[in-house]
Amino acid sequence: MDGSIAILDTPAELTALEKCLLNEYQRGFPLCSSPFQALAEQQGVTEDVVIETLTSLQQRGLISRVGPVFAPRRAGASTLAALSVPENRMQGVADFVSSFSEVNHNYEREHSYNLWFVVTAADEEHVQQVLDAIQDSTGLPLLNLPLERSFYIDLGFPLWC
Amino acid sequence: MVLTGKDRELVAAIQGGLPLVAKPYAAIATQLGLSEDEVMLRLQVLQSAGLIKRMGVVVRHRALGYNANAMVVWDIEDADVERIGGLLAGESCVTLCYQRPRRLPTWRYNLFCMIHGRKRSSVLLRLEQIIACHGLEDVPHSVLFSGRDFKQRGARYVEQDGSLETARSAHG
Repeated sequence: MDGSIAILDTPAELTALEKCLLNEYQRGFPLCSSPFQALAEQQGVTEDVVIETLTSLQQRGLISRVGPVFAPRRAGASTLAALSVPENRMQGVADFVSSFSEVNHNYEREHSYNLWFVVTAADEEHVQQVLDAIQDSTGLPLLNLPLERSFYIDLGFPLWC
Repeated sequence: MVLTGKDRELVAAIQGGLPLVAKPYAAIATQLGLSEDEVMLRLQVLQSAGLIKRMGVVVRHRALGYNANAMVVWDIEDADVERIGGLLAGESCVTLCYQRPRRLPTWRYNLFCMIHGRKRSSVLLRLEQIIACHGLEDVPHSVLFSGRDFKQRGARYVEQDGSLETARSAHG
């Protein structure tokens, strides 16, 4: 990719070691007795420095954890849905949608369909009931866009790519 | 795969992250009454089975300043969806790439991908590069930047009591 983008996108407040740990160890974390020692050897620093740096990144809220990312479970049913909400009703409609325990992600996007949310439930009938309830109560146009096929392989979050 | 009782305990113990100590697998093993080798072996099995997609540093991209997020939706001929979906998914800056149904006449788009960046301008620049690189200039598309986040509840894989969740979102 264009080098100028990498410069634009690189936060200045991170050290080279921090950037490296953030970017290069999102997968393939060693399954050996002393994994941080293995990272340390690759980076030419001590094990203590690696552990201290990761602890600091975690305390500063820049990483949530060092550990596993689980595959989405295929049990149950879910869909991505969107509503077209007049701006003056946005907060009220958003709060109503968020009030469903089956909705676990609800966010605004810039489009005529401007409220997008994910509905997850034990089966498709239950998902449909939630969509019907939202459509009936709001009287707004709703899109139901269930996943048909995923092309994506999770290799981690791309930083400074 | 079917999880054993010990697997569930293991998943519950590590889903919040490994302890940041010199011998993290030994620490987990002590907690669960297993050997260090057993913990590493089961983690290898869970990865091979695809239940664990990856192990490593899980970054909080918003905290790192990645606040610009665009869902890019494309109207791609059905016969070409698989090829182009594969191309987009292979782009390092694309997170998530899904086929979804059209809803004509109001919604013509059938392929969805996500591009994150620290700035809108860098997201748009990357999109331009992707379009040019793969010859997608004539493919109708729309860019939906994210706005307010009204609700985001991170799903946990195994509840603290060891029971599995019944369902988990695959939409991100």
